Amino acid sequence: MLKAKVTVILKNSILDPQGSAVEKALRSMDYPVESVRIGKFMEVNLPEEARDQAEEIMHEICRKLLSNPVIEDYSFELEG
Amino acid sequence: MKIGIVRFPGSNCEVDCFEAWRVLGEDPKMIWHQETSVQGYDLIVLPGGFSYGDYLRTGAIARFSPIMEDVIRFAKNGGLVWGICNGFQILTECGLLPGALLRNRELHFICGPQYLRVERDDLAYTNQYKQSDIIQIPVNHGEGNYTIDDEGLKELKANNQIVFRYVTAQGEVNDQGSPNGSRDNIAGIVNKEGNILGMMPHPERVVEEIIGGTDGRGMFLSILNHWERRMKHGA
Repeated sequence: MLKAKVTVILKNSILDPQGSAVEKALRSMDYPVESVRIGKFMEVNLPEEARDQAEEIMHEICRKLLSNPVIEDYSFELEG
Repeated sequence: MKIGIVRFPGSNCEVDCFEAWRVLGEDPKMIWHQETSVQGYDLIVLPGGFSYGDYLRTGAIARFSPIMEDVIRFAKNGGLVWGICNGFQILTECGLLPGALLRNRELHFICGPQYLRVERDDLAYTNQYKQSDIIQIPVNHGEGNYTIDDEGLKELKANNQIVFRYVTAQGEVNDQGSPNGSRDNIAGIVNKEGNILGMMPHPERVVEEIIGGTDGRGMFLSILNHWERRMKHGA
């Protein structure tokens, strides 16, 4: 089995209110934090037969559903 | 007029839309999201709610519901498609309208009356208002913070696609008037052709005095007026 580990995060140009709130909380706890951005982590398991097209399939899945290209960037790593 | 309201798993404003149309004498039909055709309809409403529990992103999964393929075809052929709240989120997810809806600026779910300024009165959806009218329509969302890049905003303005802006009671467009941090106080937009409208506020909740107001009624009357004229004079 193949495992794709996917990270989706708001583009740098998009304000991330959740990240800003966490950043403020960390600062108020006296940590020397410059900035925080919050994203999503997903694991997608693919069957062995898909090994050859895994990369292509994952790009398609990420573009079509897992991320919204208008506001988010994605990246993934394949394991196994 | 044949009006269809799409019901997704997790929709929760479809009955309000249904009742609003009935108050105005129409006989709308519910369309289950597993259906595959909207043939014969004159208007499709994508109602508010939490389709698919808002999982992944609001509207992201509903956008791939079986019915949506035909809704997209219908919209691209000039059919009237009206997305309210979650319906607006679905329309941006499938690319029928530009931009995206993010978490509200203050991260809170907001629910309450909201002043809007009508920016266009020449649309199928707004011909019973006058430009610059200030109307009060409730908002009810956690993700209504409209965002679009500079290029996209320029295009929206150049094509006059902004239909409603959040304003203060005095009609000022500023941060104070905006409940969610939307870019340029945008509350609702239309596609270039004017047949696809998306908005976060809920006009279906203000069509009768007894439920708190009638400022939303104008949208329903506008659509009916548009349709009547179209039937009389041909498309």
